[in-house]
Amino acid sequence: MHKVPTFSKGGVHPDDMKVFSRLQPIERIPMPGELVVALSQHLGSPAKALKAKGDTVVKGEKIGEASGFISADVHAPVSGVVKEIRKVTLANSIVCDALVITPDEEQPADVVESVDWTTLSESELVAKIKAMGIVGMGGATFPAHVKLTIPRDKKIDAFVVNGVECEPYLTADYRVMMERADEALQGALICAKATRAPRVIIGVELNKKDAIEHLKAVVEEKGYPIEIVGLKVKYPQGDEKQLLKATLNREIPSGKLPLDVGAVVANIGSCVAIYEAVTSGKPLYERVVSVTGECIANPKNVLAPVGTKVSDLLAFCGGFSSEPEKLVSGGPMMGFSFFDTETPLTKGFSGLLALKGEQKVRTTACLNCGRCVAACPIGLVPALLYRQIDNGEYAVAMANSLMDCKECGCCAYVCPAHIPLVHGLKTGKKLGRKK
Amino acid sequence: MNTPVLTVSSSPHLHEKSSTSSIMYQVSIALLPALAWGIYAFGLRALLVVLVSIAASMLSEYLLGRFSDEFTLWDGSALLTGLLIGLNMSSSVPLFIPAVASAFAIIVAKWTFGGLGANWANPALAGRIFVFFSFTTPMSTFVAPRTLARVMPDAIASATPLGLVKTAVSGGSVGLDANALLAQTGYPATNLAQSIAAATGFNAYTIDSFLGNVGGCIGEVSALALLIGGIYLLVRKIITWHIPVVYMASLSILSWLFGGLPSGLGLFGGSFFPPLFSGGLMLGAIFMATDYVTSPITRKGQVIYAMGCGFFTFLFRYFSGMPEAVSVSILLMNVITPTIDRFIEPRKFGDTREQRKLAKERTV
Repeated sequence: MHKVPTFSKGGVHPDDMKVFSRLQPIERIPMPGELVVALSQHLGSPAKALKAKGDTVVKGEKIGEASGFISADVHAPVSGVVKEIRKVTLANSIVCDALVITPDEEQPADVVESVDWTTLSESELVAKIKAMGIVGMGGATFPAHVKLTIPRDKKIDAFVVNGVECEPYLTADYRVMMERADEALQGALICAKATRAPRVIIGVELNKKDAIEHLKAVVEEKGYPIEIVGLKVKYPQGDEKQLLKATLNREIPSGKLPLDVGAVVANIGSCVAIYEAVTSGKPLYERVVSVTGECIANPKNVLAPVGTKVSDLLAFCGGFSSEPEKLVSGGPMMGFSFFDTETPLTKGFSGLLALKGEQKVRTTACLNCGRCVAACPIGLVPALLYRQIDNGEYAVAMANSLMDCKECGCCAYVCPAHIPLVHGLKTGKKLGRKK
Repeated sequence: MNTPVLTVSSSPHLHEKSSTSSIMYQVSIALLPALAWGIYAFGLRALLVVLVSIAASMLSEYLLGRFSDEFTLWDGSALLTGLLIGLNMSSSVPLFIPAVASAFAIIVAKWTFGGLGANWANPALAGRIFVFFSFTTPMSTFVAPRTLARVMPDAIASATPLGLVKTAVSGGSVGLDANALLAQTGYPATNLAQSIAAATGFNAYTIDSFLGNVGGCIGEVSALALLIGGIYLLVRKIITWHIPVVYMASLSILSWLFGGLPSGLGLFGGSFFPPLFSGGLMLGAIFMATDYVTSPITRKGQVIYAMGCGFFTFLFRYFSGMPEAVSVSILLMNVITPTIDRFIEPRKFGDTREQRKLAKERTV
């Protein structure tokens, strides 16, 4: 029998909960009354504001400039007036400046140009992607142009597209694959060209069989040199380390990047953004976000401009059907819970979840059961690290590879003692770095 | 729109349906077949012994819980400890013995080290060993199970087969294996076992000890009932196969290879299956050695630990005059567990020879 590929070490199987929004086609949200465009929507240093209070901005115009090697430009999602610049707290607790923009009544069209990407060179492609402020849209928001710039001494033999969407609830990537397959596939080919990768592989979990078939059909029809790989459903397969293990059977050693094992990974949503950036000159100023969860009246996959407030997204989806315990940006395993419905949408905001919460179980002493060890996809001993951090032994925990933890949440998910392992390890990383 | 009161906490925002107390109660449920067989075989007196030890265990937990920051009576761990101690008693013991064993287990073995999760020794085993060496005679006086008493209403059936064989071998018996020795002493076998033996070719004594028709502690006699509980634990993913299977396999293999030496049968003269069904091995391998707190946290560590349990059980059974091979072996490995955990780490992701080579080639 043919074995379905997946990663081998650790992982968990939460219910996928995608039923709420998987059948909802992508819908564009009506223009909100006000947009709050944050200047730190990416990993790395925040962008510098190019506009001041009272300035007018044009849709697609650069309003924030990258400040450093790992940083990304920010563009105006609408034409309008800058009402003010103020501090905002993003869902992930980052505090940064944001331009509050009041949109004009009349908005220009999205497409500004039409370019045949096959005529562009690698460096032209990367320059275009950089100019359009593309970042990884799966949640990590790593600037795409940095990822796609391959050092001379490295050779890439595969470009891997992450269509896994292993987080429960989220369906944004699934809808993109169903509705915008051709753009996503061409975006993947653009990335492959930019990185000089001879192979393109798209990994999709088998709970999205229809998406796999659809992608395969488009690939066949257009004759794209792309492999579509169905993967066994297992969290956290969407992490680049697990995805490369599943698709290429390569393991990225501690502290290394995918390019150290000859591969580059990008999210399927980023591929669409890259396609639009390169062919139509459209910056990353809007994205698809799954507004879902038990407490949302009408779960939807919403196409919304960056800077849309959570309250507008909730209103568009009919508000709450019952009182949620938590609002989460991103998926339930790694996403951030937040309390302010004025929080703005950012480039990496893949899902807005209103969760009813779970029955509270009291934390007990660690039983040494080893479930966290069995679940850890990296091979750490989370219970031991937690104890060391609890005792203030940050250096010891760091010597035990604390920094390799990527906070995927598998350990805390399975812990029968309900110990907040991820919380502890995150704290330990912060305090350990300070020392 | 009304803004609800929202909770902010660290990820993950989902949790598997599991908890410390559900694990404790499920292990207790898994012990019910063995308890049921014990009550059937040894009468209501067996139930009384178990109830006394559970009561003493929970009372101790309650009293200590009152002095602690946390009240842990209902997490199920004291119930489980009491149940295990009860199942580790002969049905004929004076009732103060299970009470003392339970109190020792909870107060000394568990709470002096900080309560649940902090004890270095399995509390139930520590309690059993404590009363065994304090009250050896009542602890090693057994009653014949109902099924054997029917065949031969005689005192001989109340001895454990393991004890009989050990006495015979240390008394200088040579040239006979365990089953032959039992036959020589006139140990009875049930009619059912004899007819199964005739049909399958297995020894009747082996079949009887598999089914539970032997003298012994309330919960240890029926390997079958314990295996049913073990399968339940495996299916519910409370335990993994590593500890019980490796423990049993290492004991079986060592017994088969070297078990014949003390009785002069030479290498490969021992038996393979009977060691698994005799004494407290099944109870120990499935329910005692798998105690989370006192076994290693990594799979690799668990395999080493289980091999150690098997080795020491083999050693104590065949080369020591003392009884309690299973209990002492597991306690010994409990002591070694922190050392195993210190040195045995899981393999880190990406830490493979090929990957290191690959990464090296690509940077050149």
